[in-house]
Amino acid sequence: MSKPVTRIPATNALMTNKRRDFMSYVWGFGLALILTLVPFALVQWQATTRGSLLIIIAVLAMVQTVVHFRFFLHLGRKRKREDLLLVLFSTSLLIIMVAGTIWIMANLAERMTPI
Amino acid sequence: MSWSTTLNHPLGLLDADSFPFLAMLGSDDSDIFINGLLGSFAAALVVISVMVVVALLTRYRAWRTLWFDWLTSADHKKIGIMYVVLALVMLVRAIAEAVLMRAQGAVGLDGGFLSSDHFAQLFSTHGTIMIFFMAMPFLTGLINYVVPLQIGARDVAFPILNSISLWLTVAGAALVMTSLVVGVFSTGGWFGYPPYTGTLYNPGVGVDYWIWSLTLASLGSTLTGINIAVTIYKKRAPGMKLYYMPLFTWTALCTAIMMIFAMPPLTVVTLQLALDRYLDFHFFTNGLGGNQMNFLNMFWLFGHPEVYILILPAFGVYSEIFSTFSGKVLFGYKSLVWATMSIAFLSFLVWLHHFFTMGQSGHINAVFGIASMLIGIPTGVKIYDWMWTMLRGRVRFSVPMIYSLAFIFLFVIGGITGIMLANPILDYQVHNTVFLVAHFHNMAVPGVLFGMLAGYTFWFPKAFGFRLDERWGRISAYCWIFGWMGAFFPLYILGLMGLPRRSVAYEQASYVPLEIVAFVGALLVAAALMALVIQLWVSIKHREENRVFVGDPWDGRSLEWATSAPPPEYNFPVVPSINDRDAFTAAKEFGVGYQEPDTYVNIEIPQNSAMGPVFGGTSFLLAFGLVWQIWWLVILTGLVTIGTLVVRGFQRDTLKIIPAETVCRAHRHWIQAARSAQPIKRSQEHTAANKGRAALETVEVST
Repeated sequence: MSKPVTRIPATNALMTNKRRDFMSYVWGFGLALILTLVPFALVQWQATTRGSLLIIIAVLAMVQTVVHFRFFLHLGRKRKREDLLLVLFSTSLLIIMVAGTIWIMANLAERMTPI
Repeated sequence: MSWSTTLNHPLGLLDADSFPFLAMLGSDDSDIFINGLLGSFAAALVVISVMVVVALLTRYRAWRTLWFDWLTSADHKKIGIMYVVLALVMLVRAIAEAVLMRAQGAVGLDGGFLSSDHFAQLFSTHGTIMIFFMAMPFLTGLINYVVPLQIGARDVAFPILNSISLWLTVAGAALVMTSLVVGVFSTGGWFGYPPYTGTLYNPGVGVDYWIWSLTLASLGSTLTGINIAVTIYKKRAPGMKLYYMPLFTWTALCTAIMMIFAMPPLTVVTLQLALDRYLDFHFFTNGLGGNQMNFLNMFWLFGHPEVYILILPAFGVYSEIFSTFSGKVLFGYKSLVWATMSIAFLSFLVWLHHFFTMGQSGHINAVFGIASMLIGIPTGVKIYDWMWTMLRGRVRFSVPMIYSLAFIFLFVIGGITGIMLANPILDYQVHNTVFLVAHFHNMAVPGVLFGMLAGYTFWFPKAFGFRLDERWGRISAYCWIFGWMGAFFPLYILGLMGLPRRSVAYEQASYVPLEIVAFVGALLVAAALMALVIQLWVSIKHREENRVFVGDPWDGRSLEWATSAPPPEYNFPVVPSINDRDAFTAAKEFGVGYQEPDTYVNIEIPQNSAMGPVFGGTSFLLAFGLVWQIWWLVILTGLVTIGTLVVRGFQRDTLKIIPAETVCRAHRHWIQAARSAQPIKRSQEHTAANKGRAALETVEVST
């Protein structure tokens, strides 16, 4: 991307590399799309009971997180300690936030007068 | 008001009554008239200031310079400066509001001159501005300016993203300012709890102004967080291990990571509130399964880390200052780093202490109370480290040091009241009184603001090439310190006496004397602000005798002092190689500072881009359209915004080259200046002899 855009002659290896990158994004996009549309469809047509619906949506959301990590953030190709630390840190923070929220709100619900 | 009612109006909800000035004229109630007069005065100030700025720019034909050298710039240094300018402008407004509120307090026995609605707008804007449009831009500006220099980088990792972050923040600030002229601002406080901020109790546009200005600011901050974290991870000079980074960079890293995780809950929760208000969702209403308590929960999931996002960079500034102005290595570097990281992590574990009284069980309160007290430990470690840094050092009592010393004294007091409030039992007694107001201002002013002002004084010569006037700086610092004490120590007592926060008037005559003391304190703070303005004026006037082109006026220790003042666009002609902490001090001691490299190479730096200002303009109009429900404007600006992104995606030529000859010429000029400059001793620091070359006189005292 320097000033005179130097175009390296497209060798075969580079082309396949580019193509592999592209396909990886297509895969990621496709999987993310499916993992989003399925829960919407399940809610729209009330496919199962409320309880199992919630669980299915949660599981699909987590799978989608992994898809994003794999295909968009390119984690897992080269295993690097730095990446691992960041993922662990993020996960622990998210667990704190979600678990804390559920703990607090469930406790409040318990203490409320039933309507 | 639901969106469908405004569908057929080209101006949405906007009409003549939306302008407080016109509404005031149409009323014959004297109360409305006084409040309207104050509001109109403020609105007039905004309009007149804008007109004066426009006139001056035209008069001095500065539009081109402004656009090409500043607004579209992708240079991290210029973006940093613009952030700080924004912060200072907003500081003026928020301080004016604070003085007005304390004036109302002083005469608030059974009335006063402000209506409760006006008073509520004042504290809402004061809080919103101080947090999102003063403190955040200030620290972001300092980080932006200093961090790439400290780590020996040429720019941040994503320069255009940086510009966009700036302009999103500016758009948010402009929205708050617009609310002075068109319509009203929220009366729901800076954290806008529903159901009060729902449409049922707040049908006007005030809350919408609050929602969209916060959304813009929080998006900007998230992007800033990503940018800074990536910069520090990926762009450090060769050899600079994490443990070689200056402490300010460490705090910037922790703050950036916290921004990434803490800002999204805010964005989400304000958008949920927007859905409630615009599309009749029921996230936070009692009907249809909503629960307003979750707003508190989500808001403080952001809000508590936010407190530490604000204070950590200030801690970083203090660390640099204590070390530089004591002429000593920072004591306990690693313990300071670990304390910073512990604070960053612990800050995500304590959010519930902002709503101990919401009604959850005692054991939950206990857990979060204990977690809150834990934060006192790493903070205490820091305080001791700073004191030991000064121990047996040659302490120079110049302006940054005065702020830092005042910080230690006052911050410890604030910390102790914080530990008190972390105890749920005590919190039940004083929550929602001005005791709490005194506590968090104790953290926010001597903690954050003093740090920012100290940093401003410390790095100003680096950014502009001349030192700030020392005398006016001292006057301002002492006015800040004593003004703050006068304004907030009485509030501790008033809080214990039972004065609720945010009350426009009260009935207890015993509150009056302390309220008057607080008002006098607020006046002193206003004087401090004036002194700050005068200092800038005087310094610019006498800039020639205070030039420090060589770039090291304070005998600095880290890399940012190893380049000229102001630094060239590319920061360093050759990216330095690091093999020690306090890299520049090491270079000076070994006599290898101010060296010429063997060869010069072409340097690539990011080109200017109109992306940032365009993005800022469209997002401001988008938010304005949303506030007033002007739907065609929303759609149009939305499309333009997306269009800009797409156009940018096709732009391939994003770098410009600075030829090696130019670099060589500039660098030789600087080396020449450095070699011919007389190295000065620290006793001459504030004289015209200080050209930015420090004499070697640091004597390390072994303990």
